[in-house]
Amino acid sequence: MSLINQRQGFRRTRGKNAFWGLDPILTVAVGLLLFIGTLLVYAATRDWYAANGLDPEYYLKRHVINIIIGILLAWGTTVIDYRSLRAYTPVVWGLGVIGLTAVLIPGIGSEVNGAQAWIPLPGGFQIQPAELSKIAIIVGMSMLLSEYRHESDAPTHRDVIQALLVAAIPVGLILLQPDMGTVFIISIAVVAMIGASGAPSRWVVGLILVALLGGFGATKLGVINDYQVKRLQSFVNPNSDSLGAGYQLRQARITVGSGGLFGTGLFDGPQTNGRFVPEQQTDFIFTVAGEQLGFLGSGFILLLYLTIVMRAFTIARRSTDAFGRLVCVGVLSWFAFQTFENIGMTLGLMPMTGVPLPFLSYGGSSMFANMIGFGLLQNIYAKQRG
Amino acid sequence: MNLRSRLSLLVIQIFIISLMVALLGRLFYLQVAAAPQYKDAALSIQSRDVVTPATRGLIVDSSGVPLALNKVGVAITVDRTVIDKQEDKGEAVLRSLSRLLKLKYVDVLQGTRLCGELEAGKRAGCWTGSRFQPIPITKDADPALALQIVERSDQFPGISAAPVAIRSYPANADVNAAHMLGYIGPLTESDLAGENGRTYFRSEYIGKAGLEIQYDEFLRGSPGIKTFTVDRKEAVTNTSKVVNPTPGNHLVTSIDVRLQAASEKALAAAVARSRANGFRADGAAAVVMDVVTGRVLALASYPTFDPNAYERGLTVKQASDLYSEAQGVPALSRALQGLFAPASTFKAVSLVAAANAGYNLNAKYDCPSNVQVGTRLFRNFDSKNQGTLSMTKAMAVSCDTIWYKIAFDEWLRDGGLRPKSNANDYFFKAAEGFQVGTKTGIDLPSESSGRLANREWRKSWHEQNKDFYCNYKERASKAQQTAFLLELARENCLDGDKIRAGDAVNFSIGQGDTVITPLKLAQMYAAIANGGTIWKPTIGKAIVTTEGKIIKTISPEKIGKLPATKATIKFLQNSLREVVVSGTAAGAFSGFPIPLSGKTGTAEVFGRNADGSLKSDTSWYAGYGPTNKPRYVVVMMVSQGGFGSTSSGVGVRQIFETLLGVKGSTIVPGAAIYPEGKPSNVLPKISPATKVKKEAP
Repeated sequence: MSLINQRQGFRRTRGKNAFWGLDPILTVAVGLLLFIGTLLVYAATRDWYAANGLDPEYYLKRHVINIIIGILLAWGTTVIDYRSLRAYTPVVWGLGVIGLTAVLIPGIGSEVNGAQAWIPLPGGFQIQPAELSKIAIIVGMSMLLSEYRHESDAPTHRDVIQALLVAAIPVGLILLQPDMGTVFIISIAVVAMIGASGAPSRWVVGLILVALLGGFGATKLGVINDYQVKRLQSFVNPNSDSLGAGYQLRQARITVGSGGLFGTGLFDGPQTNGRFVPEQQTDFIFTVAGEQLGFLGSGFILLLYLTIVMRAFTIARRSTDAFGRLVCVGVLSWFAFQTFENIGMTLGLMPMTGVPLPFLSYGGSSMFANMIGFGLLQNIYAKQRG
Repeated sequence: MNLRSRLSLLVIQIFIISLMVALLGRLFYLQVAAAPQYKDAALSIQSRDVVTPATRGLIVDSSGVPLALNKVGVAITVDRTVIDKQEDKGEAVLRSLSRLLKLKYVDVLQGTRLCGELEAGKRAGCWTGSRFQPIPITKDADPALALQIVERSDQFPGISAAPVAIRSYPANADVNAAHMLGYIGPLTESDLAGENGRTYFRSEYIGKAGLEIQYDEFLRGSPGIKTFTVDRKEAVTNTSKVVNPTPGNHLVTSIDVRLQAASEKALAAAVARSRANGFRADGAAAVVMDVVTGRVLALASYPTFDPNAYERGLTVKQASDLYSEAQGVPALSRALQGLFAPASTFKAVSLVAAANAGYNLNAKYDCPSNVQVGTRLFRNFDSKNQGTLSMTKAMAVSCDTIWYKIAFDEWLRDGGLRPKSNANDYFFKAAEGFQVGTKTGIDLPSESSGRLANREWRKSWHEQNKDFYCNYKERASKAQQTAFLLELARENCLDGDKIRAGDAVNFSIGQGDTVITPLKLAQMYAAIANGGTIWKPTIGKAIVTTEGKIIKTISPEKIGKLPATKATIKFLQNSLREVVVSGTAAGAFSGFPIPLSGKTGTAEVFGRNADGSLKSDTSWYAGYGPTNKPRYVVVMMVSQGGFGSTSSGVGVRQIFETLLGVKGSTIVPGAAIYPEGKPSNVLPKISPATKVKKEAP
């Protein structure tokens, strides 16, 4: 705690700008997304809940609470010292692995949409250990990949293997749930980090090959569940399963397309209010933006994501040490590919997987993880200034 | 940072930017380029149209008495989308429903089957509409039964009862007019697909036959539409658009209900008379027309059906009886769809042909008992030798042999079996001038055009049939291999493409392959009566809005002139008067106080009935009057009805009695249907409550 206090004291004397030492661009972009997301979650649920005699602000209230907790977590992550970060990382990783093991045990984990990914908590809350594992994997791998000897400026094969092990254990457990969307996002982040660490390029090439073969083999050998094959089929031919996954994808596309250039206006979308797209406040939140805010609004949201990712690249390049750079690359790849996976699914470019849209979707675990990721970027930014 | 990691960072950055650009591009495509089609798709998901049917316009007679109107009925409907989901496909529900309604289960089952679900030939009584609309079992149910269904809705899933507007044919003055009025029914899939160029809503009912279909665009009105926005649970979230229904317009016809009813009665009586005389009388028709305008005043066909049966709900038997041969095919409107040889009524055409060919109408002609034509002997009617007759008298007694002689001579003059290229063809040309073989153009659907068996027709007939006749021995059944038929087949094979002497001779007395409808004969005799103008028969007079504004007047239309001089027509008229005075119709019209004219016809029919009996003659009578100033033409035809005079002639007299206000042989003052001596041009006030005019005491 004393370390944190020291840092704050340091900040108080040095921080002259309006952002208290935070990256202004990143902060504004994330702030805007949180604000828009709050409106969208409310717009997605208000009319339907009111029409069915439920509390119209149910989701709004919970979403705001999630954001407040998220801001606190981001603040904590921003001000924490590098060394503490390294100290906590194994603990977080360990907790993540325990959580991921626990969700697989019947009676503890609960199944939602075919994936055993959640641990229910008292009070109607539930946590998703996979989200926290993303942080542990990124920070853990960054530690291992940046601790090379001084005569070298690149990790050795041994470092890479150790780092891959850090990722492989949680990823293996997530595969068992199975949550292919998260596996895909983590895998890309892992490859990006290994590439950015300066490790021999055959690792990168090799890993991409392994991923491709693994994906192909899994489909062929039936490791992938029936429902995932269905989702993939309905991606290729949206009419093949008219009431299941294909229905959702077609409804999602119609909802976005019907928004047109200007949208139907916030709270005014008949597709959203009629709740023709399921999971509207979580995985399909982008349909609400598409219908109600139109191309101008949803295009603006896309630009906000691009801004965050581009800013993260800048922070990565300016980072004085390899650890900070790798954390940045890990976090930005995670944000970028999760965004692409989610919006791509909504627009019919990607198969259906149950990943939320960062900063916008309703959902505690995801929000907390995103805000911690955001905090990590701020932490690294602050270190450059410090 | 080493070079490799710098490079990696750049590659990742480019990769991510391109992914984001791909998303932006896709977003642009969905929301800008393809937005209209997605907006349409969204609209069809979110919006539900509730259609309020428009009130259908009335069909009234010339004095405003309703022939078709609307009333409130109670519809009991079956929702196929619900009962199909039940384990027994709704059998139990339909069975208890049929018990409740005291209907046969098979009828209820059939009534709820889409026609497309059934094999061809087993479709009688099927549902012509769609699966997705409630299918009415009846629209005229007992309200007490309907209430039971509503109260016990758990026992009748998919069945509902609700008040609906139904089409009603009130039978004022006991009129039937089913063939002329038609009926209404649900839309078929091809109607919905817009095959007739109109757009409909699924729940609408449209005209299916008769005037109901002919004037459907005016009668139908346009339905009201309320567009609701619904959510996934089909709960209404918003009402976005309301279009009120526009009631349909009324159709004023030239029909008079009293005259129509009298025609139907006379027709039924003629059939009964024929049957009493031992004839089969399997069908009949009557037409009454204004010869000065071509307006149809009555149009009847026998056997008929109850036009209200459609809305009440047809049983399988009722539906199949409509087209059953055993029942005489009641659905067939014999007045405009029945084709029969015109027989002696056609001599009016022959007389015009003879005059045009230069025969002296005032000369005397031989009427022997038979005439040798080639190898065949053609007999006079009843083989009677009538001696030497004037042409007028020949018409009056309906001598055939005069025409055999003239027709045979003309045939020889035209080259016989080696016809000249510039053959005169006086008989064919006269028939063409009378427009035989073309439709009259009446404002009713499905009219038959008839057939003019001239040289062209002969050639095309031979083209189609020579294969059969040239291989008759192999193709025909054993029963058809008699010596006579074999000889006939040989002739048909060899020179069936040519008009033979027998064809020419038969043509002149309206026998052979030339056939016409009773309506066509009425049109022809109207032209004779009015001095030569061929009118297009019309039933509709005007389309009037519910506020009484006339939006369309249907004017009579001249469509031709008879190919005869004034003098010829005058001579023909005198001859037709003589028929009634001293000829074949003298008995039927004896004592009628107003001079009338006309012509009998008794057509031989070849072939056999289903039970093997030989077919009886077709009985015809075409009459007009009053002779000095003709105004009305009345035609009656009784198929297999026997003699023209006794069956149809008497029937026509009965119609004239009603029309002109005659009882026996006295004129009852003020009893005529048209007291001014002609139908009125004034359009009536329209109200569903208009009553039939009382007969004068």
